[in-house]
Amino acid sequence: MHHNTIDVEHVSFTYPDGHVALQDVSLHLSSSEKVALIGPNGAGKSTLLLHLNGLLKPQTGRIRVCGLDVCDDNLGVVRAAVGLVFQDPNDQLFCPTVFEDVAFGPLYQGLPEADIRARVTAALEAVGMEGFAARSSYRLSLGEKKRIALATVLSLRPQILVLDEPSAGLDPRARRSLIQLLTTVHPTLLIASHDLELVLEVCDRVILLDEGRIVVDGDPRETMGDVALMEVHGLERPHSLVYHAEPHQGRHSEVATEREI
Amino acid sequence: MTTAALDPYRPGDSLLHQLDARVKVGLALGFILATALAPPGAWPVLMLLLALALAVVILAELRASFVLARTALTLPFALAVLPSLFTVAGTPLFSLPWGWTATWEGMLRVANVAIKMWLSVLVALTLTATTPFTAILVVLRGWGLPKLLTAILALTWRYLFVLAEEAQRLMRARAARSGHIVQGRGGSLAWRARVTGGMVGNLLLRGTDRAERIYSAMAARGYDGEPRVLAQPPLTVRNRALLVLGSICLTLLALAGILFWG
Repeated sequence: MHHNTIDVEHVSFTYPDGHVALQDVSLHLSSSEKVALIGPNGAGKSTLLLHLNGLLKPQTGRIRVCGLDVCDDNLGVVRAAVGLVFQDPNDQLFCPTVFEDVAFGPLYQGLPEADIRARVTAALEAVGMEGFAARSSYRLSLGEKKRIALATVLSLRPQILVLDEPSAGLDPRARRSLIQLLTTVHPTLLIASHDLELVLEVCDRVILLDEGRIVVDGDPRETMGDVALMEVHGLERPHSLVYHAEPHQGRHSEVATEREI
Repeated sequence: MTTAALDPYRPGDSLLHQLDARVKVGLALGFILATALAPPGAWPVLMLLLALALAVVILAELRASFVLARTALTLPFALAVLPSLFTVAGTPLFSLPWGWTATWEGMLRVANVAIKMWLSVLVALTLTATTPFTAILVVLRGWGLPKLLTAILALTWRYLFVLAEEAQRLMRARAARSGHIVQGRGGSLAWRARVTGGMVGNLLLRGTDRAERIYSAMAARGYDGEPRVLAQPPLTVRNRALLVLGSICLTLLALAGILFWG
């Protein structure tokens, strides 16, 4: 089994209502790469993420995770390898207590009880939520829920971590600690996000998706620093890539990426 | 009202809060059974059970207002036994104009049932106020309640609050757009009913959508349709002793009621 790689080859997907979500998408993620998936709403980002875990099946094309075809025969192995964190933590945290939620994945991996408990402890420590094991999930704040949602997949010890809008709804402090956490995790990382500042800090590659097609696959600063490209696809250049030549005149007349500066 | 108020559990560190959930659930069920078995007229037994229940409530450090308000919910159900006041033969107490005569024995029967009902609810409330519902489910699962049933109950409990919050958001959105310039104008009753119907339908659709996303999240972490749970650690010797002692006391009370007043 090849470790930590994703291969998507000519994948297309149309929802039953006729909405075309993905059109001939191909990409390759190498081991331990940190990649961002950006694009406007409805671009197909979440749909692509659901394919990586086998929750949606490509109508055309092929997906390989860690060298394995994502098909019914390999679903168990693929789902153990790909940790998928959903956008809304209320979808991710379906068990009555935090402990049960974090233990859910390892339990279905068939691990012995001692290992499950050790993994739960380690995952909660990794997200800074020690002491929350006995708490009810619904009594947590959104920031806490997001961290626990991440712990629920870290306990799987995934080779690939896939996150859908991880910073949505977080306050600045919770967002900052999430960024710190993401910069320290080791698996291959794929993040779908509108938080382009987070993308700049965490990822070393960005894929711009629009209308189900890959538009650009390249360096985050170059891609997101291109004002025309970003505007055409309903996005904005991140503020940290804007050079304010005339900061007191209230306009961004002269702009350049940090690299150009 | 916050949705958390729906949960009867009151966090705390009283003796009862710290007690193992298996001991609490076992003794609470035993108490309710002993109360139900007490025959009419077994007042000494009921008084002992009442003293026991009140001692437990004090140990749980629950607020009297909370306990009284929640247990008052039994009062409407006590109305169901009110006809016994007139149907049980015995010494007349008073008569109503329609020829109905209340009897002393009938009143004792009503009081007996009402007290039993209140005692049972009091103990159940104390259990749920000092034990998270999830812990009670774990106990029932450990005692052989089908795993699928406990999984459904756990999911229902978990998402009850999410659904209640969704409903609150919908109602808030309606209220925010329900301003009217002319006092008293707010749409006809039929129109309001249609809006409410639409909101209920919306809630159902949101619930269905949520259910699909939850299933995806479960499948993503390996769920294969078979509910799996970790085994519980064995009871400590102290908890075992407490469970046995409590069960013996409750059994003796029930037997005393049956033997002397049955």
